[in-house]
Amino acid sequence: MTQDKTMTAEDVVGRLESGMTIGIGGWGSRRKPMALVRAVLRSDLTDLTVVSYGGPDVGLLAAAGKIRKLVAAFGTLDSIPLEPHFTAARQRGAFEMAELDEAMMMWGLTAGAQRLPFMPVRAGLGSDLMVVNPALRTVTSPYEDGEELVAAPALRLDAALVHLNRADAQGNGQYLGPDPYFDDLFCEAADQAYVSCERIVETADLLKGHGPQTLLVKRLFVDGVVETPNGAHFTSCVPDHDRDESFQRAYVRAARDPEAWPAFAARFLSGDEAAYQAAVTAFHLEEA
Amino acid sequence: MSATGTTGLPAVSRAEYCVVACAEAWRDAGEVLASPMGTVPAIGARLAKLTFSPDLLLTDGEALLMADTPAVGERPGSVEGWLPFRRHLTLTATGRRHVMMGAAQLDRHGNQNISCVGDWSRPTRQLLGVRGAPVNTLNNPTSYWVPKHSTRVFVEHVDMVSGVGHDRAAAAGPSATRYHRLPGVITNLGVFDFETPDRVMRLRSLHPGVSLEQVTAATGFGLSVPDEVPFTREPTEPELRLIREVIDPKGLREHEVPA
Repeated sequence: MTQDKTMTAEDVVGRLESGMTIGIGGWGSRRKPMALVRAVLRSDLTDLTVVSYGGPDVGLLAAAGKIRKLVAAFGTLDSIPLEPHFTAARQRGAFEMAELDEAMMMWGLTAGAQRLPFMPVRAGLGSDLMVVNPALRTVTSPYEDGEELVAAPALRLDAALVHLNRADAQGNGQYLGPDPYFDDLFCEAADQAYVSCERIVETADLLKGHGPQTLLVKRLFVDGVVETPNGAHFTSCVPDHDRDESFQRAYVRAARDPEAWPAFAARFLSGDEAAYQAAVTAFHLEEA
Repeated sequence: MSATGTTGLPAVSRAEYCVVACAEAWRDAGEVLASPMGTVPAIGARLAKLTFSPDLLLTDGEALLMADTPAVGERPGSVEGWLPFRRHLTLTATGRRHVMMGAAQLDRHGNQNISCVGDWSRPTRQLLGVRGAPVNTLNNPTSYWVPKHSTRVFVEHVDMVSGVGHDRAAAAGPSATRYHRLPGVITNLGVFDFETPDRVMRLRSLHPGVSLEQVTAATGFGLSVPDEVPFTREPTEPELRLIREVIDPKGLREHEVPA
């Protein structure tokens, strides 16, 4: 019997340390491991380097002062283009930033996973990424073409947090939506990886009704599995649930208004995950 | 829309000229992925696919390639392929794609900024971040769509070069220029290209109803203007019917470019 890796979100946070580099899966406001992010918000963890295709994960961690350095190509809520806490944090100089291109991030994570120092990419040449990241270097092809390309540096993570639709107790993670994002890559580039999921199922049930290509994350890269129903809320986690657009709008209204934010945080973020989910249910009852 | 043109349909709106101008960006593109960002470019790409560029590929805005051409905002009836973000990013580097991006700032050389306004280290206005602008501009044709042509967008110098323009690509060397191509810029006032000896932004056509003075006043740098400036072409009657009845029956285009 392979080991049971099920744990709670608090257990995951207990494995993390201040100062770590943490990669967060998903993309924008899509399938973000928000229950794990909320557990980080409740913890004393600080001084984090966060690597993310940024959405409200970045926004909430920035608003809570958890981020020392952000490695990202963007911060967005998709249906709402600008992430308000991200923009506000940048405008007050709240953290250091390594701004990268979307493809450079993918190749950086690939290099991190493949234990390579960098990957050669064309992206970045001629852009101000070379200026604002003074550590970025180019590399010259040793072959006849002699091309000079950007050496996208490896993004190696101390820990990765991702949210999937299903997983088994051993850490095999399954996505059921149309896009895997980069969740497998985040796990492979990390020394420790934690998968939260909508539902933990028996291994034998993973492929009932789904093809083997839905098995995105392999257990050999996973250290912990957390069952967190609606744990991506308010980001999308199709087909289990769509983005909660009305809640996202409420989040944005509050985040844009320093007067309103403390009340929003007190209402939704002051308790544990069960309290959060109950507050969301109450929010929708009030709306109806 | 009270006036009636020779087509027998209500007069062409500014948004509809913009749609046709955007569609023209994908004429002769062949069998490539069209990646329109913004409502009018999305309508334009669909129009191109339904008329003169039938081989184009289009996504549903998520991870699926659509086998049909539904109205903007509608789900496809059938799917012909899978293009999650990881494949979209690698497709970019194959060059088999023509993207039309937005721009918060754009200069005469075609340098584009969507990242932030002000000093990058502590911006006065943080925007999206560079997103995929660096990889796009170095790897596949990149056009720009600006729904509100103004001196705020068209500036002497952009604050953060996200999409690479001609001067910056040339300075970065042959690996940067190898696949660099900026076919043009489409705005609510006209169509622009970089077909000058020094590769700077040139007025290619004015949308009917727009004056040259309007364009130069709304542009924060000296625009290259040829002696003869044509008007953007008229949509054909079948094109107008496609735009109004098939692709954008809800009139979303008129919200992005008000009359």
